[in-house]
Amino acid sequence: MYEKQILICAGTGCISSGAYEVKEALDNELQKNNMEDKVRVILSGCHGFCEKGPLLIVYPEDIFYCEVTGEDMPELVEQHLVNGNIVERLLYKDPNTEQIVSNHEEILFYSKQKRLVLRNCGVIDPENIDEYIIRGGYQGLKNALDKDPSEVVEMIKNSGLRGRGGAGFPAGMKWEFAYRSQGDKKYVVCNADEGDPGAFMDRSTLEGDPHAVLEGIMIAGKAIGSDEAYIYVRAEYPLAIKRLRTAIAQAEEYGLIGENILNSGFNYKVNIKEGAGAFVCGEETALLASIEGERGMPRPRPPFPAVKGLWGKPTCINNVETLANVPLIMRKGVKWFTSVGTEGSKGTKIFALTGKVNNTGLCEVPMGITLREVVFDIGGGIRGGKKYKAVQIGGPSGGCIPESLLDLPIDFDSLTQAGAMMGSGGLVAMDEETCMVDLARYFLSFTQNESCGKCTPCREGTKRMLEILERITEGKGEAEDISRLEKIAVTVKDSSLCGLGQTAPNPILTTLRYFRDEYEAHIYDRRCPAGMCKELLSYYIDPEICNGCRACTKVCPVEAITGEKKEPHVIDEEKCIACGACLDRCKFGAVKTK
Amino acid sequence: MCQCQEAATSVEENFEYEKVESLLQDYLDKKGVMVPILQAIQEEFGYLPRPALEYVAKRLRIPVSKVFGVATFYAQFHLEPRGENIIRLCRGTACHVRGVAKVADKMQEHLGVDVGGTTPDMKFTYEEVACIGACGLAPVMMINDRTFGKLEPDKLKGILEQF
Ligand SMILES: Cc1cc2nc3c(=O)[nH]c(=O)nc-3n(C[C@H](O)[C@H](O)[C@H](O)COP(=O)(O)O)c2cc1C
Ligand code: FES
Repeated sequence: MYEKQILICAGTGCISSGAYEVKEALDNELQKNNMEDKVRVILSGCHGFCEKGPLLIVYPEDIFYCEVTGEDMPELVEQHLVNGNIVERLLYKDPNTEQIVSNHEEILFYSKQKRLVLRNCGVIDPENIDEYIIRGGYQGLKNALDKDPSEVVEMIKNSGLRGRGGAGFPAGMKWEFAYRSQGDKKYVVCNADEGDPGAFMDRSTLEGDPHAVLEGIMIAGKAIGSDEAYIYVRAEYPLAIKRLRTAIAQAEEYGLIGENILNSGFNYKVNIKEGAGAFVCGEETALLASIEGERGMPRPRPPFPAVKGLWGKPTCINNVETLANVPLIMRKGVKWFTSVGTEGSKGTKIFALTGKVNNTGLCEVPMGITLREVVFDIGGGIRGGKKYKAVQIGGPSGGCIPESLLDLPIDFDSLTQAGAMMGSGGLVAMDEETCMVDLARYFLSFTQNESCGKCTPCREGTKRMLEILERITEGKGEAEDISRLEKIAVTVKDSSLCGLGQTAPNPILTTLRYFRDEYEAHIYDRRCPAGMCKELLSYYIDPEICNGCRACTKVCPVEAITGEKKEPHVIDEEKCIACGACLDRCKFGAVKTK
Repeated sequence: MCQCQEAATSVEENFEYEKVESLLQDYLDKKGVMVPILQAIQEEFGYLPRPALEYVAKRLRIPVSKVFGVATFYAQFHLEPRGENIIRLCRGTACHVRGVAKVADKMQEHLGVDVGGTTPDMKFTYEEVACIGACGLAPVMMINDRTFGKLEPDKLKGILEQF
């Protein structure tokens, strides 16, 4: 028996911060101290707190260390494991109160969360099926196999589970369509394309708890009468693909995938397809075309995939997180599931909280939590004491929500009302230094680039809107540009073929709704209030700070800066091309913008 | 006269068709294999050589245009040879908000090539992608399979020198 267990987070974030080096150093130290059979070291999935990685937790006492390095291991082993003293300098320090916290449940980042879907992430070894099974894994599948398919469909319907991939369509209804569709062959497709640039919930779920997704897929298969599934994963997620492959092989070995599963007569096969990098392939009909080996272009619906999907067969497509909820519902029951969340949105939602907050990472919260709680409690507020401005929620299809709506409860319906949408679950916090026009331009450049070109409103509309936004951020905006944008946006929204075009104008429409003054400042005053749009800035040197070191004169490409050595310098505004080189160069912060 | 027929069936002398043929073995009787075939060829050659695509079309009995259509649709596929190390700088939202633009400027300065370009010594190919999925560490880039987070313009040199 081991006396202690040490979990080292091996999600993509922590690996890039050096988790493997930490593991190696720890293994070495344990060996030196002859402790290998007393302490078990486990590489776990993502704990969500990527910013502070690599993370390391010592059980049973549950001491949470962060930002550890290989060099810290001798001290950690000697102090903590041998002498029983906690290494205080490696504990988490609250950015606002400066308080040191040793137990991870006391950290606000975790205490406000409700980790149901992520319950295993960061707790179990994702490459070991036994650990999943011990924690109740595959019990849901067993329950489903004991039932009639219609009963399974009914349960999911009653649970109120809504799709987590974007639109929030009721999963039970989708399953019922597929269940009712006639066909000799039916497919389940798991959408793990996760194209939203700024979101990584699905990645972490797959990396940290792949069996939960497999179990969800098979329950869906049982419900709709399918015997084969495809998981469509982005090729940018090599670790997720590897862990899925391992999980499938292990489940096959245990007879949980294959023929006559658990003696129920139910057969199942799971395939992995690697996506090849096109945002539109996240859209369900485009995704199917891509699995079929074609260009991933959407087609009009109906017929819906539930009727005519992969290779013309009835197909049920669900998102990773949707499917990861399913085993829990089957195991713990509808009543348990519906006790969390709001009237119209049951359960939890995972968000990738990023941007200008102190604590970035992955968090799972009950539906109905307010934005304020997410940004200020879980996220620990805005970094560097800057002022909060807005959150962007839902990625390129979503919108910006201003400070005045901080107390908005997060659920499908209230977000849609505010002009945004739940989307995938990307949540980017922004401070006073983020320019909202630039942000709209950023999203449009993304959607314009990813528009597949099949339908005219989206292909041409995104291009024209992008041109307008570019000229506004370059200080060449015209008075009519705002009304032009509004007109094109509404047209594209109403007339595009697929969800990409229908939602692409959302970032523009919400910023126009809540931050119109910023657009006006760019157009009429030729000024960027956030100080972000390069062409609109004018640079000057603060004579109080400048000590005449001459560093800026050497980087200025147009020789706009003059002054004697050891005397304050000045920038000639006529010559300055606002490249910002001097600002980056000055070590004293004497170069400023206005 | 129309030359496309000729071009499509032309045979490149030094091209290793056997390699493509052996890659095709796993896929010949299956459906939906176009993307995986191209992925396999790219894995083998580092990019998609034109003769390989023509060969695939011939073997699958489909027009070359169809193969090119798929190859050019997906960001993952490349029709030109690429460098030894692939740099993929993230231009996703989280990285954008946390100032990846400055890192990108510095990167171009260091490498002397634009996005999509390969350094003359074939050492690096510089690409941009939308989100690597490590947004908590923004700004982020990948070089081959390694992820580097919390980038700053001044850190680039040290990282590139490791390759
Ligand atoms: C442009 C576009 C991109 C999409 N990208 C994704 C994606 O990356 N992942 C995903 O699960 N759903 C994505 N969707 C939504 C899917 O079309 C589909 O609604 C979803 O996979 C259904 O699963 P759910 O009901 O479980 O949410 C996208 C939709 C559009 C229009
Ligand atoms: S936005 Fe850069 S890693 Fe996600």
